[in-house]
Amino acid sequence: MASFIQLLVSGLATGAIYALIAVGFTLLWQTSQTINFAQGEFVMLPAFFILSAMNWGAPFWLAALIGIALSVAILGLLFKIIIVDPMLRHGVLPLVISTIALSLFLKESVKDFYSSQAQPFPALVPSTDIHIFDAVISTQSLAVLAVAIVTVVALQVLLNKTRVGRCMQATAQNPTLARILGIPTRRMVLYTFLINGVLVAVASILVSPIYLAKFTNGETLGMAAFVAAIIGGYNQVRGAILGGVILGILDNLSAAYVSSQYRGAFPLLVLIAVILLRPQGLFGRIEERTV
Amino acid sequence: MYRPGLIVSVVVASLGLLSSAYAQSTVYMPAVLELSGSGAVSGTNFRDGMILAVEEINAKGGILGKKIEMPLLDTQSEAGIARAQVQKVLDNNPYVVLGPVFSGSVLTAMLLTQQAGVPQLVGGEAAAITQKNNPYVFRTSFGQQFSMPKIANYVRDGVKAKTVAVLWVNNDFGKGGRDSFIKEMASRDIKVVADVSTEAGQADFSADVVKMKAANADAIFVYLNEEESARFLKEAKKQGIKSPLIGETTLLGQKVIDLAGDAANGVRGHVGLTVDAPIPAVKEFAERFKKRFNYVCDHNGIKGYTGIYFIKYVTEKMGKFDSKLFAHTAHGIAVTPKEEPGILMEATWDQNGDVDRESFLGEVVDGKQKIVQILPKLGK
Amino acid sequence: MNRLGIIVVGAAVIFAIVVPFFLKPFGIYLISMWAVLTIAAMGLNLTLGYAGQISLAQGAFVGIGAYTTALLIQAGWPYPIVFISAGLLCFAIGWGLGYPALRVQHHYLAFVTLAFTTLVFLVLRNEEWLTRGIYGISGIARPTLLGWSTANARDFYFFCLGALTVIAAATWWMLRSPWGRAFIALRENPIRALSLGLDTRRYTLMAFAIGSGLAGLSGALYAPLVQFIEPNSFALGLSFNLLLMVIVGGGGCFFGPFVGALVAVLLPEWMRITQSYYLMVYAAIVMLLLAFCPSGLLGLIERVIKATRGRRGPDGIAPNAERANP
Repeated sequence: MASFIQLLVSGLATGAIYALIAVGFTLLWQTSQTINFAQGEFVMLPAFFILSAMNWGAPFWLAALIGIALSVAILGLLFKIIIVDPMLRHGVLPLVISTIALSLFLKESVKDFYSSQAQPFPALVPSTDIHIFDAVISTQSLAVLAVAIVTVVALQVLLNKTRVGRCMQATAQNPTLARILGIPTRRMVLYTFLINGVLVAVASILVSPIYLAKFTNGETLGMAAFVAAIIGGYNQVRGAILGGVILGILDNLSAAYVSSQYRGAFPLLVLIAVILLRPQGLFGRIEERTV
Repeated sequence: MYRPGLIVSVVVASLGLLSSAYAQSTVYMPAVLELSGSGAVSGTNFRDGMILAVEEINAKGGILGKKIEMPLLDTQSEAGIARAQVQKVLDNNPYVVLGPVFSGSVLTAMLLTQQAGVPQLVGGEAAAITQKNNPYVFRTSFGQQFSMPKIANYVRDGVKAKTVAVLWVNNDFGKGGRDSFIKEMASRDIKVVADVSTEAGQADFSADVVKMKAANADAIFVYLNEEESARFLKEAKKQGIKSPLIGETTLLGQKVIDLAGDAANGVRGHVGLTVDAPIPAVKEFAERFKKRFNYVCDHNGIKGYTGIYFIKYVTEKMGKFDSKLFAHTAHGIAVTPKEEPGILMEATWDQNGDVDRESFLGEVVDGKQKIVQILPKLGK
Repeated sequence: MNRLGIIVVGAAVIFAIVVPFFLKPFGIYLISMWAVLTIAAMGLNLTLGYAGQISLAQGAFVGIGAYTTALLIQAGWPYPIVFISAGLLCFAIGWGLGYPALRVQHHYLAFVTLAFTTLVFLVLRNEEWLTRGIYGISGIARPTLLGWSTANARDFYFFCLGALTVIAAATWWMLRSPWGRAFIALRENPIRALSLGLDTRRYTLMAFAIGSGLAGLSGALYAPLVQFIEPNSFALGLSFNLLLMVIVGGGGCFFGPFVGALVAVLLPEWMRITQSYYLMVYAAIVMLLLAFCPSGLLGLIERVIKATRGRRGPDGIAPNAERANP
């Protein structure tokens, strides 16, 4: 029983990481029909901004701020202006391909310009182990969990309780109507990209101490984000966090109790089941189809 | 449909594919390596070791008066591309082909170099590589069929374990090691009570540690790549695993120690090639490498470095550049550091192209790898 | 196709037959790979360009075809039967996968096929008793057909070229048929097609299954070409690459896959002069290409032709509004 609890607790910790990344992914999809296959690399990259800043002598807290700023500027603003806007005119598909090419580009850039080796990354909170009910969880994992929850709550507040947030939602649900009502839709969409820029930077800071900063991080994290977002419900932000947690726990349990060789298969089987039986995800809303 | 662009592209392409001649005052030794993709770390280390050797040799006039020309080709860590690149270099009549490191890529490339009669100096450790009756393949690191018996002996005699749990990474490196290890355990009557595979790039090892704890073995054999080793060690310490952790070169590497912190203390294992060996020549090499490239090299760097010097020695012994004679000359050859300092440690090559030399038993103590014992060559 | 098109294609065919005599084995290997991948890209073009479904499983089907071929060849089956079996098997699996999966729309299918590809990879890697696992299958022999041995690089290239020609012709014929026109209708507006009485699901399913079958045939040529196969070659990377080929060449254009496969095979080779940065440059070029001609290279050429010619015509329709007709 003790090991079951340990698996649950560790799964929760990993799941919180997936959730954070899935939230940004979901947001982009929801508001601008952007399926960002480069989301994993978006999480991988800010860590290297920060490491570079630290190499030039900045203390960690300053480097972190620089990393977040660069992330918002490059992965938020530039991404939107240079890649998304031109592509979206031609449909979703070229954009999807572009993000695939972008993920390759970012990955290789880091490998060529920084290093192909994994880099240790300073932790936000010192890592000590806490014992809860026979299970051990590190303070780092708790921090990730806490930040993830705070982020989602803040996002929900932003989207539902503020004027800007409600405008963003309107833009997501019906852009034409929103424009007619006088909502500056392009600015709303821009805000989502900027928010994603912050989210991926925060996720990067939380994840990199545990995963170590490496150019291949994006592959596993990105895949986990897609699966989490779809299982949870890609058109509800809270669906993303629940999807992430379910994914983390499921991964651990299947590896421990069923088969370690097929540990990657179970989340995928759940993904297929969810798509076929309940495409809007476990917590999502059904989308209307436009004719 | 209109395709003017198609014709132009194909014409230009064909022009690009036609061969170019190489200068006669150099010897053409192309390197086909994993410079990107999952094998990038091994490939780049191997490459840098070779570059250091080539620079040193060329500064002294080259081999038999000819400077070494070593263009680099990237396999992207994929066997299909490795094969294509090897085909490409064979079209230009190389003297020797260097690399790849990944065993899967080596196996497929070997078919071509054997057909062409060109020696190949590889970094792969899979046992199968030297079991295919290919007289042209050579390596400067232990094959798994040599390293595993040494570890197995240590598990039986040093740790005195009766049961063992195995944790391995599910790629050709890890699977090959696991298969060899299990075979050695079977022949020593040690029971394998847990056999757990992990994925490359995996970050969460809690499930695996849980399984290891439940298995309650006398020893745990860990055969993972570097970062995963570090993550596993941290998780193992967190959950309080008591059984001794045994590994091979990777597990005791400085990189793993740096990443795992004090979770690495107490780890023991067999080390084939290491910059921490208590041998002055190796230590000096490590210094030069660090100065040249700004990082500490792993065993792949040593493989590459000694490989180039091995080729130099055999060539000088022959007195000429003869690819087919190379194979003949190199089998059974013994090289000492006195004759060729670049070889770093005395080594012999057998009829299959496998190397035999001293190796080490190590233990991680206080954040550093300590060599506890020097194991002699298996042969004479 | 008009007269200019026929001349161009004819010239290309002659070029394709003549060029191997000027190339070294590596060059011949490259163009053989081009021919093999074009077949898979053609299949994906059916699914993606014509029927409008995003599939990321094409690489996995090439893998299934390749493994089937390798195992059956090593079991002694004659090659022609192996070739057809690979295609039929992939057709059947494609049908089986598509039947439930095509009930969901566009971007969902991308994820289902993404999951499928990873699952196929896991099976290929873990089921060692069947597939030799991570070690792969090596030493795959090239077939001897009616006494003609294809072991030589150039002979094998002609074999691939021949297969490509036959398959391309068959696909062309299929697209001209009433069936083919239905495929195109599906992409333009599925709901309207439905209202006109077309059983859209059945046509989409057929497109997906035929596309998968073509991937299987491609795999049946891939295995003897490379003579070594392992699970890693058929993971997501290949599916993405094939997707890139179809898009860059021009989705929905018949010759799009030919051009796209050429770019995909040759571009990394040209870029190698930039040493290890070539992957980065490749990705950047693809992004630029998509930014300036998202309907692919052929779409761009088409637009240019239309622009110089269209002013006289009655259709003043914007180039992007209509998609290519073969």
